[in-house]
Amino acid sequence: MSTLAVSVWRGGADGRFQTFMVPRLDAQTVLDVVTHIQRRLDPTLAYRFACRVGMCGSCAMTVNGEPRWTCRTHVANVEKNGKLTIAPLAHLPIVRDLVTDMREFFDKWARARGQFQPTKTRRDDVARVAPSSTGRLAIDAAIECIGCGVCYAACEVVAWNPDYLGPAALNRAWTLVNDVRDGAGRARLAAVAGDAGCHACHTHESCSERCPKHLAPTASIAGLKRATALAALRGEL
Amino acid sequence: MTISAWRNRGHAAYGAFVVHRLSGLALALFLPLHFLVLGQALQGEAALDVFLRWTQAPLVQFSEIALVFLLAAHLTGGLRLLFVEFVGWRSETQKMLIASAGGVAAFCALAFALNLL
Amino acid sequence: MRAETRLWLAQRASAAVLALCVAVHLVTMIAAVRGGLTAAEMLARTRGSVAWAAFYGLFVLAVSIHAPIGLRTIASEWLGWRGRTADAACTIVAVALLALGARAILAVTL
Repeated sequence: MSTLAVSVWRGGADGRFQTFMVPRLDAQTVLDVVTHIQRRLDPTLAYRFACRVGMCGSCAMTVNGEPRWTCRTHVANVEKNGKLTIAPLAHLPIVRDLVTDMREFFDKWARARGQFQPTKTRRDDVARVAPSSTGRLAIDAAIECIGCGVCYAACEVVAWNPDYLGPAALNRAWTLVNDVRDGAGRARLAAVAGDAGCHACHTHESCSERCPKHLAPTASIAGLKRATALAALRGEL
Repeated sequence: MTISAWRNRGHAAYGAFVVHRLSGLALALFLPLHFLVLGQALQGEAALDVFLRWTQAPLVQFSEIALVFLLAAHLTGGLRLLFVEFVGWRSETQKMLIASAGGVAAFCALAFALNLL
Repeated sequence: MRAETRLWLAQRASAAVLALCVAVHLVTMIAAVRGGLTAAEMLARTRGSVAWAAFYGLFVLAVSIHAPIGLRTIASEWLGWRGRTADAACTIVAVALLALGARAILAVTL
């Protein structure tokens, strides 16, 4: 049986890598590896996971330098000469080991006005939105985001610009900009414009490359650029 | 964070961004020099000719070809961005746009080089 | 927010203008450099030409808007230089490019 030499980040921001020898098995995922370490080798290892079947996004970590879902990453696809490097998700404060503090990620979501603002009450008729309408199609293409943080960790602008709201927050804002039922229109466009917003995106497409749900925040952000530009020209921004 | 910052940023769009930003920077730094050289004509033709003769040096010629490439690359990369931002983003066409941008830029530099040398 | 959106728009608008100017410039350069470039050749083309003066005038104006905004972004992201001083530097670069460019145009068209 062969073994994997797995370097795992331990500690906080000033921590270090620790190497564990893990048995290499068929059809093994990186999450299997981390779980093996915590259960058999070092119970003090901190990490997050939940569904382990690629639905919740909790197990996102940096594997060999790239952010990915560890439950959906086969060791066979990422190991290099029997070696693996696992670190916490980038651009977020480290709580301990492989666990990051996701608060800023979600705070930025709120700052981008990524919440639906209703305009009707239960006494009104249900809104009629044709599934084939342009707005709804735009929403459908972007709505499946589960807030895993992989795009945020992948985006270089997030690293270079601490105020940048990031691809996930802007992607969600785009779905709401396209929602005819939503009432926060102007305020949301103001929230996503500027150097902290969509205009800081340089179309690296790292977010779209890495999104495990194959969404394209790049496209959503480009849409926001058009929407904010139009609003600015109309004097509505 | 002491984790190595080197990441596998191997995807095409990131490479396109790096070329676009570095070419823009190089051109922005070159531009004042370009304007100053042309301004030499204020001192008359001869003054400008003195400088132009200097540009026959191989190193200068190579730099000029490189600058033409950078200018063409910045243009084609920029057109791609204008397309993405104003027309829209389609995953299938992205790599094609990047490749054609690179191809056109290389073509321009080659045409310039062939005429120069 | 509004100012930054306007800067972004100015960058894209000047980019569109530059796309045309640069295309013309590339073709001109590639053709002109044939058989060597001399001041006489170059100036014969531009001296006394209102058309070339107008073209290069537009070119210089567009680049004086486009380049400083790009430099401001690089300064902000790679040097961490933001705020009033960065914006002031950006304006100085714009004015400098405009001045040097105008001088160059006068040098070759008058």
